[in-house]
Amino acid sequence: MQVFQRTREAFLSGRTRPLEFRLQQLHALQKMITEKETEISTALKQDINRSQYDTPLLELIGIENEIKLAIEKLSDWAAPRPVEKNLLTISDEVYVQPEPLGVVLIIGAWNYPWSLTLQPLVGAIAAGNAAVVKPSELSECSSLLLRALLPRYVDKDLYPVVAGGVQETQELLRLRFDHVFYTGSSRVGKLVMEAAAHHLTPVTLELGGKSPCYIDKNSDVRIACRRVTWGKFVNCGQTCIAPDYILCEPCIQGQVVECIRQTLLEFYGADPKCSPDYGRIINQRHFNRILSLMEGYTPVVGGQSDSSQCYIAPTVLKDVPPHSRLMQEEIFGPVLPIVTVSDMDDAISFINEREKPLALYVFCSDKKAIKRMIEETTSGGVTVNDVMMHYTLSSLPFGGVGQSGVGCYHGKHTFDRLSHHRACLVRSLNMESVNLARYPPQDRRMSLHVTHTLLLHTDT
Amino acid sequence: MSREQQLVAQARKAFESGRSRPLEYRIYQLKNLKRLFTERQKEIADAINKDLNRSEVGTQMFETLGLEGEINLIIRKLKEWAAPRPVEKNLMTLSDTVYIQPEPLGVVLIIGAWNYPWAVTIQPLIGAIAAGNAAVVKPSEVCVHTAKVMENLLPLYIDKELYPVVTGGVPETQELLRQRFDHIFYTGNSTVGKIIMEAAAKHLTPVTLELGGKSPCYIDKTCDLSIACRRIAWGKYTNCGQTCIAPDYILCEPSIQDRVIEEVKKSIKGFYTADPKTCPDYGRIINQRHFKRILTLLEDSTVAAGGENDESGCYIAPTVLRDVKPEAKVMQEEIFGPLLPILPISGLDEAIKFINKGEKPLALYVFSSDEKVINRMRDETSSGGFLANDCLVHFSISSLPFGGVGNSGMGCYHGKFSFDQLSHLRGCLVKKLKMEGVNNMRYPPHTPKKLGWARFFILKTADLGWVGRMMLLAVLAAVYIRSTFHTNLEP
Repeated sequence: MQVFQRTREAFLSGRTRPLEFRLQQLHALQKMITEKETEISTALKQDINRSQYDTPLLELIGIENEIKLAIEKLSDWAAPRPVEKNLLTISDEVYVQPEPLGVVLIIGAWNYPWSLTLQPLVGAIAAGNAAVVKPSELSECSSLLLRALLPRYVDKDLYPVVAGGVQETQELLRLRFDHVFYTGSSRVGKLVMEAAAHHLTPVTLELGGKSPCYIDKNSDVRIACRRVTWGKFVNCGQTCIAPDYILCEPCIQGQVVECIRQTLLEFYGADPKCSPDYGRIINQRHFNRILSLMEGYTPVVGGQSDSSQCYIAPTVLKDVPPHSRLMQEEIFGPVLPIVTVSDMDDAISFINEREKPLALYVFCSDKKAIKRMIEETTSGGVTVNDVMMHYTLSSLPFGGVGQSGVGCYHGKHTFDRLSHHRACLVRSLNMESVNLARYPPQDRRMSLHVTHTLLLHTDT
Repeated sequence: MSREQQLVAQARKAFESGRSRPLEYRIYQLKNLKRLFTERQKEIADAINKDLNRSEVGTQMFETLGLEGEINLIIRKLKEWAAPRPVEKNLMTLSDTVYIQPEPLGVVLIIGAWNYPWAVTIQPLIGAIAAGNAAVVKPSEVCVHTAKVMENLLPLYIDKELYPVVTGGVPETQELLRQRFDHIFYTGNSTVGKIIMEAAAKHLTPVTLELGGKSPCYIDKTCDLSIACRRIAWGKYTNCGQTCIAPDYILCEPSIQDRVIEEVKKSIKGFYTADPKTCPDYGRIINQRHFKRILTLLEDSTVAAGGENDESGCYIAPTVLRDVKPEAKVMQEEIFGPLLPILPISGLDEAIKFINKGEKPLALYVFSSDEKVINRMRDETSSGGFLANDCLVHFSISSLPFGGVGNSGMGCYHGKFSFDQLSHLRGCLVKKLKMEGVNNMRYPPHTPKKLGWARFFILKTADLGWVGRMMLLAVLAAVYIRSTFHTNLEP
């Protein structure tokens, strides 16, 4: 592809190496976010009916934060990192030098089209790479807007935007990149990794799964449900780390349903369809998919839908059987199943029987119980007594494990992920006598003794 | 169920039993492994001698001592590495507990190589054990005797369900690759590396690939040639050139080529006597196939030293080639043998250009007493590791990440890097069910005022100093008090 050639040449020109250049590009990106907030919000409203307040709250502020952090810390991050020396290297220079990888491919997703394309881009720029940005075609307006805006602010040869669907993505994946950063489904994640394998290209895959949410009967159920309700129904449930389903004991199920119902009333009013803050499903296909998951079950809250608007009301279902369709795939919609479990042990077994999720949520006031829940399960990340917030702290690595993903990012983690950490050892041509022990022919007793002593005592 | 399937299932069951979680258990396994090296030194050395004609001292120096060192390091540091790692908080999380918790991944597949079979098969195993995983160990079938020794000895010292050894060739490896692992650690060549990654992709299994390439060695004309060449000769001819980070070829100016050849010849004589074939410290090529492969590489170049060979013993003398052209056969693939080509180039610029035309190598060597030359070489090229004025030794520094980039590999290990590479570093945020008032700014119905608060809290915090943070904390406390005072949490 021509675009790719140009990008590769732009990288090889070396202009991304100086930190000043990278900072300049980051400042320009910052400018774009500030100047074009209205246009971005409008595009998102058209794509997914996102409220004009949710856009900055959920996407733009996060991107700005990442840019600020990168600008502030870049010289730290990019500097040589001295490491612990041992006896053999005491007079040498030993350090790890972060270096750009080359040309990174960033494949974005449609649910948070700006965050999920620009946050990796911030890291790519900071690490000195070039990057081909491929936004999701499903969030059409955002994709078009990004394509129009990005070249006006940042270097258009180094960071081109490529639009298109499945075919264009497949073509891109045939090319040789130095890293592929993909956000999306596990199914496509496998295809991306397979394509990358042909070129031995490392990948970061931010995938998904069913993020369980356990509500302990002794916790403050009212507040727990407020937080869960927010996390579940924001962006109409189309969030990779949304609490997918609730696990709780039967004795509090009724209370949970009631608290959620009350909270929904508070958040979106009696008719969420009229609320400017309630979103829509991205397209007909997903609309149909989510509705079909509910087939055969009667919701206790919500359940209404309007196909002409891709509207599905905030919906809750109780006593959902573990083997129902609803529990087989990531819902990615405003449907909240409650599955009852007999106690925390049962919840832990339930969670462990399934694929490792992207996020795990626990609502509990007992420190020991929280510890046990964390220790006896695994997941990409954990938030206790809230949902999704671990995403917002850039010092925490954000990523999956197992089917929920490979690699992690945010803050310095993005910089590190998109860099090569080159081990450097600079010796001098003196002190050759120290080396004598290693050369043949070996006076066996002598050299062995010396080497033995050195090697076993080298790490202080 | 195939044998491989059974062993993997058994390993998974053993992992799920939870017995590899307690640190004491992991340390116990590692201490037993250490005992294996001391108690079975003779058997290990004998097998290596049969496979690679390596002397007993050589085996200790290049393989088992390094492993003992890693185990000692882990025993000292495991508690620290496995503990929760607190991270920097922001204003929103000031009163929360925030940390990264390292966790085992599950069942790791380790595919070893034949050139330093103990080092490259067991070092990843050590990391896997330390991180609390189970591990299926697949030694290379090419080092026939050592594979047998591993198969016999490992189960006598370490948990044979958690860490089974699977021997075999290509079909057994392919069967293993069909199973689902939580990480695959492969050491070998780039061609097979691609196949491994492709197989891993089917299960979304992360991989560490320690591959190879042609590691260039640039000799600046101003440096002390006799010491440089001695170090290079050592790096090149150890293990008969069968080292993934051996200096593959030399780049130098024509004016010093003759001296380089002289010095290398001197070192060869000093190390291996005038007849290396009789020297116990000089190795052999692993098998006939590689022997023939390496000899073919000689065909279109001029031999300046060595060149003798004996097929019956897979012996190839330490060889130097002069005036080698970039199109020569010996420059088309990683040599992995005792042939040292010298390519004359006009200077540092041409050397850098030449290196950058090829794939990113696993190691890059530069010999110079001029800091500027060293820095330029480092800044204008890329490679897994970079070493100035010596060869190979960066491998033994456990505080340096050892791995490739591009065609030479992905991921890294050694020391703490092994532990981290074979762990899941789980981001954990522990909040309380209090201070719900603070959350109001994120809940609908949305208002410009709420958004203003959110912006303020999230964005302004980045550039606040301590005083600023304390002030905002006071504000937060005021918001909290206000919100709890009003029993209905109002927007």
